[in-house]
Amino acid sequence: MFRPRPECPRTVAVTVEGGTVTVPAGASAAAAVLAAGFDSIRVTPGEGVERAPYCMTGVCFDCLAEIDGVPNRQSCMIEVRPEMRISRQMGARVIIPTTG
Amino acid sequence: MQRYDAIVIGGGLVGSAIAYGLVRARLRVTLVDEGDMAFRASRGNFGLVWVQSKGDGAPDYQRWTRRSADQWPRLAAELENKTGIPVGHERPGGVHLCLDEPELEARHALMERMRVQSGNLGFDYRMIDRRELSDMLPGLGPTVNGASWTPYDGHANPLNLLHALHKGFTGNGGHYLPNSTVTEAAAAPGDFRIRLAAGEIGAPKVVLAAGLGNADLAPHFGLSAPVKPLKGQILITERAQHVLPMPITRIRQTVEGSIMLGDSQEDAGFDTSQGPTVMQAIARRAVLSFPWLRDLQIVRAWAALRVMPPDGPPIYDQSERFPGAFSANCHSGVTLAATHANVLAPMFADGALDPELELFSAKRFDVSATA
Amino acid sequence: MTVELAIIGAGPAGMAAAALADELGLETVLIDEQGSPGGQIYRAVELADPGTPLGADYLAGRPLAAALRTSRVDYRPSTTLWHVGPEGTLLLETAGRTEILTARRILLATGALERPAPLPGWTLPGVMTAGAAQILLKSSGLVPEGRVVLAGQGPLLYLVAAQLARAGATPVALFEATPLRNYLAAVRPVAGWRAGRQLLIKGLGLIAAVKRAGVRIRRDVRGLRAVGQRRLERVAWEDGELAADYLLLHEGIIPNVQVSLALQLRHGWDEAQLCWRPSVDAWGQTSLPNIAVAGDCAGISGAEAAVLTGRLAALDAAAWLGHIGAAERDRRAAPIRAALDREQAFRPFLDRLYRPSRSAMVPTDDEVIACRCEEVSVGEIRRATQLGAHGPNQLKAFTRCGMGPCQGRICGPVVAAIAADMLGKSIAEIGTWRPRTPFKPITVGALADLEASDSAAAPGV
Repeated sequence: MFRPRPECPRTVAVTVEGGTVTVPAGASAAAAVLAAGFDSIRVTPGEGVERAPYCMTGVCFDCLAEIDGVPNRQSCMIEVRPEMRISRQMGARVIIPTTG
Repeated sequence: MQRYDAIVIGGGLVGSAIAYGLVRARLRVTLVDEGDMAFRASRGNFGLVWVQSKGDGAPDYQRWTRRSADQWPRLAAELENKTGIPVGHERPGGVHLCLDEPELEARHALMERMRVQSGNLGFDYRMIDRRELSDMLPGLGPTVNGASWTPYDGHANPLNLLHALHKGFTGNGGHYLPNSTVTEAAAAPGDFRIRLAAGEIGAPKVVLAAGLGNADLAPHFGLSAPVKPLKGQILITERAQHVLPMPITRIRQTVEGSIMLGDSQEDAGFDTSQGPTVMQAIARRAVLSFPWLRDLQIVRAWAALRVMPPDGPPIYDQSERFPGAFSANCHSGVTLAATHANVLAPMFADGALDPELELFSAKRFDVSATA
Repeated sequence: MTVELAIIGAGPAGMAAAALADELGLETVLIDEQGSPGGQIYRAVELADPGTPLGADYLAGRPLAAALRTSRVDYRPSTTLWHVGPEGTLLLETAGRTEILTARRILLATGALERPAPLPGWTLPGVMTAGAAQILLKSSGLVPEGRVVLAGQGPLLYLVAAQLARAGATPVALFEATPLRNYLAAVRPVAGWRAGRQLLIKGLGLIAAVKRAGVRIRRDVRGLRAVGQRRLERVAWEDGELAADYLLLHEGIIPNVQVSLALQLRHGWDEAQLCWRPSVDAWGQTSLPNIAVAGDCAGISGAEAAVLTGRLAALDAAAWLGHIGAAERDRRAAPIRAALDREQAFRPFLDRLYRPSRSAMVPTDDEVIACRCEEVSVGEIRRATQLGAHGPNQLKAFTRCGMGPCQGRICGPVVAAIAADMLGKSIAEIGTWRPRTPFKPITVGALADLEASDSAAAPGV
């Protein structure tokens, strides 16, 4: 678990896996997932293994999460916005093949 | 000097399939390959095991392609059993999507020509209209008006194929020599000596399977291989759950779930840089075919040089001046892997190409040159 | 759209270069992937509390960000560079839209990344880099709860330990991996000592602070591995084990050469820093006349040096583009060079002291994951080299390593070190992959919608 520091006022409310969590402005979506108490942020599409953010700098791609309905986004590089919806990336993304 | 029964020059899809076939025929073979920075057409291969449009105007090529596609499942199973590497071959049939009326008409005409040219072999194709096509494929773009389909088409993983052929080759006693560019070659009938950085090797038979490198190598062996590079760019998406039930000429979903988009062709010499303009064209056509592709992320893209004989069909040749020297070049190293291993390699082992492959000789270019 | 100077990266080098370039009258665009300036070392510094546990050195980034904000630089945050061509075409993506930009001159200031530190279990949730923990504190105000262990070596290790302690999350242990021989090797250069006095004092102060906070320091940890089922539960090593909730790894940082390699700029292997660096002249200009580099992406020198090399690059760009003459450029550069010499004098000492050990570069255990994206083990890489895959490209073809979205950023050094070890070659001889466009993922739709009218600006590059 990660806990917040008092000198960073938590002002942005986002949803992580359906539950609300508030984090400081400027926090990344990956941080929001960790703040919400989740140990892992994704399950790999290959072996089905759980992963968590490793580098937090946009290099390792282990922080892939679904953000506002868009899968496989590098959540450590995306700053939270109010009402952002964040979900863990469970394996390969789903395609909904509508005619568009 | 190390002596072998046969030397194969070139460790790509063509060379490794031939080398695999040769060791299976119990020859002692060495496979000579370049270093890590070689052009390697294998990297540009889209992975189609494709029959549909191969050999328009060249019935021998059509037959040769069909034969290989038919032998493919058995080769895939054999390789998987032997090496444990899944080649990922599937043969659900394949389609070529058409986006407007002229394209549909031209495609239909092509399919008809293929059928007529197939003679006794037959060519079982169908032109599928939009309504039926939308039952077969999910989320077709509004301008897709139809497609050609044959049951003969399929796809596989080209790099797994390459890995499996290599592993099968060395597993059967083949000797692989990487980082070994040929510096010198001495040819005499039934006696070939190849100088590499590490030393000299010799054999009564040599097969030139060096792709684009064959153009320079061939004359040393009394052969000619006038192949040119053709740049192809490929885009590959993030992994997704499976939605495409069959391969399409320019779009296919791999076993891992990534969707490959491609089939561009550029005459760009030996330049392997990517070009956003071409990449955009690939993306545009993909999105017209399946609008839902818009949302998928491209995680990787690359450009590779593929091998193109002047008229399309492969070049298989034997040297008259130096019997025992052979060459093999083709554009479709995956599709033809089966006949390369099962049919061509045994011919090399026996010392001569069967007359049925005469039409693939490079002599056909001399004819057109003098004509 | 065409500009005079495009700078990639809003860390110290990029910010300093942009502000000075603007001052010199250059039409400048600054492109950065993050939503606010600072890079990694000064990440989120604009929002930092003056009493932050991260300390005064971190707050030193504020004036740089402020100078950027007050300049006329066209600053593009949340903008990803996904292609750059040697002729000066840049393809950018912001909020799903792509844009084509042409620049007469390009400055890469892409900073550094942490050297991968593969060990058994390093992919378990709960294991991350020390830098990652620091970034969580910087940009999100979060500290890890529970038992935190740090392991590895390098200046950042003690710094993060001290910062976490100040933030009320004192680590339980710090496993220092600096080999004994490094201490002996580091003592050699006399020149560095005087220049690095301040840094040495600071470093010793940090070590003392960490000890005072009650962090258990061990120097004899061999065969470290992270153990757990679905997440880290304990760390274990040859002689013991310790229950742990977080393992923070650090083996130094290396230049982020992803873009410079993609451009096929000339690079050299730096044996002192064990990394690839672009070959540059005294102004940061690369093997292409219109492209320069500054900051840590040209070689690890630290934040202060990054500001200085950023300014030198801005001066050179101004001269190259005709805004100032060579004489003025040299005159203005002189004090910057003097400061840079002082900054860089101590670097050889740090490089020698913190040189990664062999086992840090080449994992002994075959089960260790080498390529995190594609889940390829060290054993698979080794077996492929035995099958004849003698270089990174063939290893990629045979094992899929390097085919994931990171495009070799993390696995490149690991795979090269394994191949070098197996084949008895140097890492320099083995080489590395050429990164491809797109440098970061873009959607098929964004690519399809690329402005058609500007295709003249993007010929078959």
